[in-house]
Order: sequence, then C-alpha cells, then structure tokens
Amino acid sequence: MVSAPSLTAQLLNGFAAGLLLISFSMLSQQRTRRLIALFAWQGAILFASTTLVAYSARLGHLYFSAGLTLVLKVFVLPLVLLRLIRRLEAQWDTEPLINIPTTLLVGVGLVIFAFGLAQPITALATTITRNTLGIALAVILLAFLMMITRRNAVTQVVGFLAMENGLFFAATSATYGMPMVVELGIALDVLVGVFILGVFFFQIREQFESLDLHHLESLKED
Amino acid sequence: MSRLALARQLGELLLAVSLAPFLVGWVAQCRAWLQNRTAPPLIQPWRMLRKLFLKDAALAGHASALFRLAPYVLFGTMVLAAAIIPSVATDLPFARAADAIALVGLFATARVFIALAAMDIGTAFGTMGARREMMIGFLAEPALLMVLFNAFLLSGSTALPSVVEHLAAPPFVIYPSLAFAGVAFLMVLLAENARIPIDNPATHLELTMVHEAMVLEYSARHLALVEWASGLKLFNYACLGFALFVPWGMAARGAGTTGLLLAVPALVGKLALAGAGLAVVETLSAKLRIFRAPEFLAMAFLLAVLGLLVHLLLGA
Repeated sequence: MVSAPSLTAQLLNGFAAGLLLISFSMLSQQRTRRLIALFAWQGAILFASTTLVAYSARLGHLYFSAGLTLVLKVFVLPLVLLRLIRRLEAQWDTEPLINIPTTLLVGVGLVIFAFGLAQPITALATTITRNTLGIALAVILLAFLMMITRRNAVTQVVGFLAMENGLFFAATSATYGMPMVVELGIALDVLVGVFILGVFFFQIREQFESLDLHHLESLKED
Repeated sequence: MSRLALARQLGELLLAVSLAPFLVGWVAQCRAWLQNRTAPPLIQPWRMLRKLFLKDAALAGHASALFRLAPYVLFGTMVLAAAIIPSVATDLPFARAADAIALVGLFATARVFIALAAMDIGTAFGTMGARREMMIGFLAEPALLMVLFNAFLLSGSTALPSVVEHLAAPPFVIYPSLAFAGVAFLMVLLAENARIPIDNPATHLELTMVHEAMVLEYSARHLALVEWASGLKLFNYACLGFALFVPWGMAARGAGTTGLLLAVPALVGKLALAGAGLAVVETLSAKLRIFRAPEFLAMAFLLAVLGLLVHLLLGA
C-alpha cells in the first residue's frame, strides 16, 4: 500500500463521500420533509469541510463563507422551507416521474461521467482538495437530475439549493473558494431566490390548486 | 494445525453458539424498552429453546426427509459460517479454509434448504414465504458481494482474516468507500435477517410474513434449531459487519491469552451496541410493502457500487 495521505486530506475525502451519499439519499427520498432535513445535513457537511479547508490552507475569508453556510444552509433556509411546506400543506410528496431505482441507476452513470470530466482538471490543480472536484461535479449533476425527475415545486427548489451546495463545494475544492464579494452576492441571491420562489408557490397553488408543475406546461387552458 | 489453535477455534465456536440467543434477546429487550413495553428477560430465547427441545415434534403426514433434514443443514451451515467469520481472533485455522465469497455461498445454501423445506410441505403459506425469501435473497446477495468487494479492494485479499488485519492495522485511515459499503451492508443485514423494513420477526399477520411463513410447519426440536440458526445468522452478520467496518479490538495474530481474553468483552460490547442500534432502526422505520423491497435492495446494491466507484476514482 502507498503511504497514507494526511489526516486532513482523508477527512476531506470522507466529507466529500458524505456529500455524495446525501445526494443519493435525496434522489431516493420521496417525502418533502425528509428531503429538507437531508438538505440541512448537506449544509452541515459543507460547513465542516469548508472550515477544515480554511484551517488547513490558513485562509481567513473561507471561515466567513463557512459561517455563512452554517447560518444560511443549515438553519435559515431549511426552517423557511419547512414553514412553507407546513403552510402549503405539501409535506407528503408525489410520485417522481421515473421510478426510484432507475433514477439511481442514471445517478451512478452521472457519477462516472462527473469523475471522468474532473480527471483532467484534477491533474492540473494544486489544492489539497483537488481529489474531491469529481464528487462536487457529481453532486451538481445529481441535483440537476433531481430537478428533472420531480414535478413538485418545493422539491425542485430543494434541488436547486442542493445544486448551489455542489457549486460551492466545487469552488472550494478547485480554487479554495471564490472572492468574498462573489460569495456574499451568491448567498444573498439564494436567500432572495427562495423567498421569491416561496411567493411563487402560493401563486401556483392558488392558480392550479396543487404544486404539480406539469400544470405550467400548457400556455392556455383549453 | 496445532492443538492450541484448535482449542481457540472451538472456544470461538462455542462463544458464537451461546451468544447468539442472547443477541436475539437483547434486540428484543431494546425494542420493548423503546416501545414502552415491559421487556422480556435477556435469557428468554434460551428458555424458548429449552422448552422447544423438551417437546415432542409433530410432522405433517406427507413431509419428506428433506423437511426433517433442513433444520440440521440450516444450523450446520450457520455454525460453519460462525467458524469462518473472525469474531474474537483472526488467527483461526478454519477462517483460512474459506474466503468471504464461499461464505456468501454458505448463506445461500442455508436459504435454498429452508425454502425447499417450506415448499416441501405443500401449504400455501410455506410456498408464499419461500418465494418471497428467494426474491429477497437474490436481490440481497449481489449487494452483499459488492459490499465485500469494497473491503477486498482495500485490502487486496478475499480472506476475511487478512481483511481484518489490514483494516485494523495501526495507521488509522478513513476510507470513504467503506462509508457507502457500511450503509449498504446495514440494508442487506436488515433484509437478510427478516428485520423490520422488509419483514417483521414478531408478526402474527400471515399475509406479511416472509421468514415466519416458511417455518410455520416446524415444531419442537426442529423449530428450536431453525430459531437458533436464525439467531446465529444475525450474530454472523453482526460479526461480518464488525470485521469489515469496526475491526478494532479483535485479537491479532500472535496475540497471547490476555489478548484473547480482552477480545471477548470487546466483542460483547460491540454486539450490545449493534443490537441497540438495530432496535433503534427497527423502531424508527415502518415495514415496507413487499413490492418496495426490490427498491430497497437495489438502493443497497447501488450504494455498494458507488463505494467501489469512489474507491477506484478517488483513489481512497
């Protein structure tokens, strides 16, 4: 066996694997409440890994983004979403478009694709986290897949947020995070986006009496 | 094979056979506590076995020899499996005789025999249970193999003692692939041991039975052996899980008597924790419809495959 990598790198790999695991559980989860709980867990792992990167690379600004992740993605957004689904009475999810095992199979294919895609970039990167870039890409693609295969509006928003998590993770693993201004901007965008989408939920439900997005596919009522 | 090694092997076997009913009792006890019921004593499964062994066996009129043979085969395979899986020490003569793939084959042999015995008697319930068991088995087996392959790839060997020695070796390394394999293994364990998301061991509702439906026709010493064997199966799966995911505390090769004596409380402690965890999982989850079982096990299989992928592509 080759010499073991440092403990930090191992922990980071472990966190990355945890993120991937949570992405897969999100893909297989049909209940909206549990989906939101999983999203909060994803945020928690993201916080832990970002803090670790900040500590090991001695980058002060990463602590700020880690803190932002903790506040926003572990507490604020999940609580807002939970409140929303309670108000909307949409705690139980509908059947997904494709059945779950097929979705998971497609998910495994996406993971292979993402790993292949990340290989050349990984070879060029010098950060401690470069191995996890493939996983970050996989998390993004899996969130995409979740948005595609679900019809429920709330689930789609969770997918969108999970995708943002993946992007954030990709940024930390490829380049030790984005500049502070960009990160603050994104965080604000996500927050405002969720609030606006929350308003949309009520509008959609008022119009169609359900949160199923296939009602939005036709332009006019026949 | 030295006499000492043989004695060690026998001691381990005796320990497994005697601890298995206690493990079943412990899980039942934890479940009862979690559900606010008065718990049966820890020794209840042993009392049950004693009662069953003292009774006279009743056999259906057209039961063939296979029906009578099956409990002994079942018990024998489980004891053999207990000899192969390192639970206390890794340096066991039997453990070197067969690798983990043969172990999966052993479990399959037991399953085939109990399913055939259930069909042999010709009742509708027995046949239904046997068919369900075979369905669950054929889905769980590849998942279990994939979980094992994760550990094999890490240690470069298919023999369980080598896997344990490799994983327990001092530089502590976090293997992300084992996290995936661990979740998958837990799902396989639940499915294979007739535990709640797939089957309810305490059910009295015939239509949802899987394992219970197969053994409905057994009585007295046959039933005792079947029950003991299913306890041993749970014990074996638990020890397999310890070997793959928490290999610490096991007596390594060349460890003296003190090492062995220390490994026994370590095993009991791990079993106590695992049994309590199993009870929590069982209390928290609801039983799945039988048609959702393939979905559950497909998930286990995919997780194990993901573990392999993560290992191959992340290089960790």
